[in-house]
Amino acid sequence: MTPEALLGGFADAPRQSARAFRAALESMARPGTLWSVEGAAPPAPLSVAAGVLILTLCDGTTPLHLGASCDLPVVREWVTFHTGAPLVTADEAQFALGTWADLTPVDRFAIGLPDYPDRAATLIVEMPSLENKGPRLTGPGIKVVAHLSLPETSAFRANRALFPQGFDTYLTSGAQVAGLPRSTIVEAV
Amino acid sequence: MTDQSAYNFAYLDEQTKRMIRRAILKGVAIPGYQVPFASREMPMPYGWGTGGVQVTAACLVPEDRLKVIDQGADDTTNAVSIRRFFQRTAGVAVTEATEEATVIQTRHRIPETPLTEGQILVYQVPIPEPLRFLEPRETETRKMHELEDYGLMHVKLYEDISRHGQIATAYDYPVKVEGRYVMDPSPIPKFDNPKLVGNAAIQLFGAGREQRIYALPPYSEAISLDFEDYPFAASKADHACDLCAAPDSYLDEVITDDQGSRMFVCSDTDFCASRRKAGHVGPMGTPMAGG
Repeated sequence: MTPEALLGGFADAPRQSARAFRAALESMARPGTLWSVEGAAPPAPLSVAAGVLILTLCDGTTPLHLGASCDLPVVREWVTFHTGAPLVTADEAQFALGTWADLTPVDRFAIGLPDYPDRAATLIVEMPSLENKGPRLTGPGIKVVAHLSLPETSAFRANRALFPQGFDTYLTSGAQVAGLPRSTIVEAV
Repeated sequence: MTDQSAYNFAYLDEQTKRMIRRAILKGVAIPGYQVPFASREMPMPYGWGTGGVQVTAACLVPEDRLKVIDQGADDTTNAVSIRRFFQRTAGVAVTEATEEATVIQTRHRIPETPLTEGQILVYQVPIPEPLRFLEPRETETRKMHELEDYGLMHVKLYEDISRHGQIATAYDYPVKVEGRYVMDPSPIPKFDNPKLVGNAAIQLFGAGREQRIYALPPYSEAISLDFEDYPFAASKADHACDLCAAPDSYLDEVITDDQGSRMFVCSDTDFCASRRKAGHVGPMGTPMAGG
């Protein structure tokens, strides 16, 4: 194991993960809003925000899929050392991490069962940047309308059509995170 | 209990909090759907808000200001003990003022003061399944939710009308969330149902004994079930508060002696006290020192 894999975790896990979760909760509850998180220093190419989400939400009970661009020895070691999450293929994953190109086609991921729609994957999509521009978002958590720079719209529209099944998404860039639950209606503008 | 340094922040261990947090996020993503979670034993009996306490523990940050109410009151046993529990195990600030609180744990009421963005309202839920008293088998109710088969609930409301001439369900009044899941809003009076709708705060529901977490994201739709000819009506005692004269708040009826005397007072103690401080005086109230 490389020394790099041992560094970059939370220094004060209970408090730092609590603050990170609040940002994760607010961003999933208010799609289209951008939140900043801190506390993790994951190895490249992972963003701070992706690292924080992994540390906050993943553990030995949550199979994680690493997309091709993230599937490096140092990332595998970092995730394993800090969370113990088993690394798996896309179809078995509860969480998946990668760029949009890594994660597509997204129909490989679990969308839950008709009677247990919660048994669905959460995707963490690394983005070059995040801004309140682009596709129009409406639905629960949005007062009127929001905009978010999504990598595409058709995959999210197809996902919304599966409701209440479907995957949920976090978009990360640097220290920023935005949430896109399956309930959000996405329209290209 | 000893000092807070003997406990992990907010009492629960990190593994448990991660499990609860994942359940909360799935609940937020599927509004109104009850997410199963591995509820833990808490240092209080089931029925005293163990579900709400676990959800609150998973959400609290050190900077939070916590308010706990029981039937609207900040000063009842359940509210006081839960507030002290988090003062000791999380070291968070507490308040009785609705507008100052960032997290509000509640049993059976929604505060009268409108909530704002940035606030989280955590409900203590005894029976999360709205269909449970109509169909006791979990396998069946789960299938009914899957198939959106909510006819039985309408039959129950119809039977109310045929027996009582009106929908007699006065609390625990079922709502349909975002056109999909029928949800139990916990035993809040139906007077509070309109406040579920379009609320700026995040509303989280925790049922400890029944091991379910569910959620209403901000600005969600939650339609109280009714019929065209018997529309839903939020009802309250036809009276104004005897202490603060509020005509539009939910009232408790208090028996004051054994001669049949009674008074109506706001169930939301913070709302009532702030009105009295602002100079409103009801027929049985006395002016309070301004705050």
